Amino acid sequence: MLHIRLTTQRGEFGLDVNFSAQSPGVIALFGRSGSGKTTLAQLITGLLAPDSGVIELDGARLYDSQRKLSVPTEERRIGYVFQDGRLFPHLTVRGNLLYGWKRRAPNAPPDAGLPEKLIHLLGLESLLERRPWQLSGGERQRVALGRALLAHPRLLLLDEPLAGLDQSRREEVLPYLERVRDEWRIPIIYVSHQFDEVLRLATHVVLMEQGRSVTSGDVFTVSRDPRLRAIVGTEALGAVVEGTLAEMADDSGLGVVRIGHGTLQLPTGQLRTGQRMRLQLLARDLILALEAPRGLSVRNRLSGTIIEMRPDDAHSLLVSVDVGGPVLVARVTTLSATEMGLREGLSLWVLVKSVTLRPFAHRGD
Amino acid sequence: MPPRLRPAAVRIRYSAGMVDMPISELEWQALRVSCAVAWRSAVYSLPAAVAVAWVLTRRRFVGRFALDALIHLPLVLPPVLIGYGLLLLFGIHGPIGAWLHTHFDIRLVFTLQGAALASAVMTFPLLVRSIRIALEHVDQGLEEAARTLGAGAIDRFVTITLPLMSPGILAGTITAFVAALGEFGAIITFAGNVPGETQTLPLALYSALQRVDGDPLAARLALLSLSIGIAGLALAELANHSLRRLLGRPRSN
Repeated sequence: MLHIRLTTQRGEFGLDVNFSAQSPGVIALFGRSGSGKTTLAQLITGLLAPDSGVIELDGARLYDSQRKLSVPTEERRIGYVFQDGRLFPHLTVRGNLLYGWKRRAPNAPPDAGLPEKLIHLLGLESLLERRPWQLSGGERQRVALGRALLAHPRLLLLDEPLAGLDQSRREEVLPYLERVRDEWRIPIIYVSHQFDEVLRLATHVVLMEQGRSVTSGDVFTVSRDPRLRAIVGTEALGAVVEGTLAEMADDSGLGVVRIGHGTLQLPTGQLRTGQRMRLQLLARDLILALEAPRGLSVRNRLSGTIIEMRPDDAHSLLVSVDVGGPVLVARVTTLSATEMGLREGLSLWVLVKSVTLRPFAHRGD
Repeated sequence: MPPRLRPAAVRIRYSAGMVDMPISELEWQALRVSCAVAWRSAVYSLPAAVAVAWVLTRRRFVGRFALDALIHLPLVLPPVLIGYGLLLLFGIHGPIGAWLHTHFDIRLVFTLQGAALASAVMTFPLLVRSIRIALEHVDQGLEEAARTLGAGAIDRFVTITLPLMSPGILAGTITAFVAALGEFGAIITFAGNVPGETQTLPLALYSALQRVDGDPLAARLALLSLSIGIAGLALAELANHSLRRLLGRPRSN
């Protein structure tokens, strides 16, 4: 487990966070820029000192203001991947990678082949003799990731590692982050203000707002939290659910994905049968129907029960529908809700425009 | 003592008439002494300059301003005054000089080592200034990164800070070396004007000017000093540039 409870006041800016999360796992610190994410990351690594609080990871206290305990940064063994990479310009890629390896903790498992393994995992073989300025932004972040991992950290802290990259570079680095998540049994804190990264990588989300951790929970629950709307915007709000690729549909090239007790057909790309995935179903893309509709793409529907209705803005509502485990959120106008007689406990159909869905493979927990 | 003019391997051209002039033994001697003084001066003051530059750049403490002013004094005080101050401190009867003499049998006044000390003090601000600028340009984020990777304070300094500021250190050392070649006032006051021991190029130039027939010699010494000065500055700039490129920073930066 990771427990973090920290408060600090730096001039005008106050920080007050408190959360616990499973370890290992990917804990996303999600919030707008200026919400205190990077400050929190620096407090966790010890580069900044908080006023009070506790940092405890897997039973080890790294910081405890009451006991006047603060493990210095260089002994904390938190692998920090900075937003700007911060590769050492006077060293080659190899020199950068081995910098942490040479200084790894004495209790690191004796595995002399680890650098080679990691270089392979991150696809860095052809870059080893290059200088940092000869690398692309994406390559730089992969090297930074490898350098941090080779120092044998007990926690990996990724501070917006993709923020400086354009969309195609981000797509180039994300699979490597997923590989590290799946193959390195290490807790990861992932700082981000991009919800697509969070839904792809995170197991646990801590929502940050103006220096405070306003909510903390699994990615599925937090994805339905209305407070998220302030950060991602109305259009991007939508529940994240988990599904399994049951089979490939006969001739359409679409995959049949099991979600709760229903299925959806959607483009599943390279995913294999039986593989688990995550999907985000945007609230604005969902349609509610009282009866099983005809004359539509009938298979793209899920049956469920309304478990919650919340006002969204002046003329719309957010309706949460349990579809047999997973919960979806649909946005409907107040007018249609009244006309349809929507209420908690009502059974109905959710129609999904599944061509807009993009599944991400995720091993799950 | 008339200068013995002897052809040497190196010939320099000077004057409008493009007359080839050999470098005399006396000029060689002055140049040798200058170099001997200058490299000692640069090497001795380097560690202290790095330490002072680091303290002034990275630490906030009471007396920082006083320290800053103190090391810059040689730039604004008459060099003779610095030489006189050194005499008071390091002279045979001075507090430090007497101690050195009794315990280590070291005498600085009128010696090459003394001349090196005098020019070290005079060139110290140049060296510190150059190293400070280099240190200010070292991205402390890189030191933080090294810290998260398990590097302690000394480790970080040696493996990150020092290599990144090395262009400035090298350029500063070359500048200080060249400046030390030309140091006059403090040396003549503290270490005297002993040919072959403390008579550096400018001191030889001064002595030549004191003689009725010294003009040609003085002109040659002047030209020699000038060439060395220009070459030194060019070398410092070149060293800075090439080392920065070696460190992997694009030149624009």
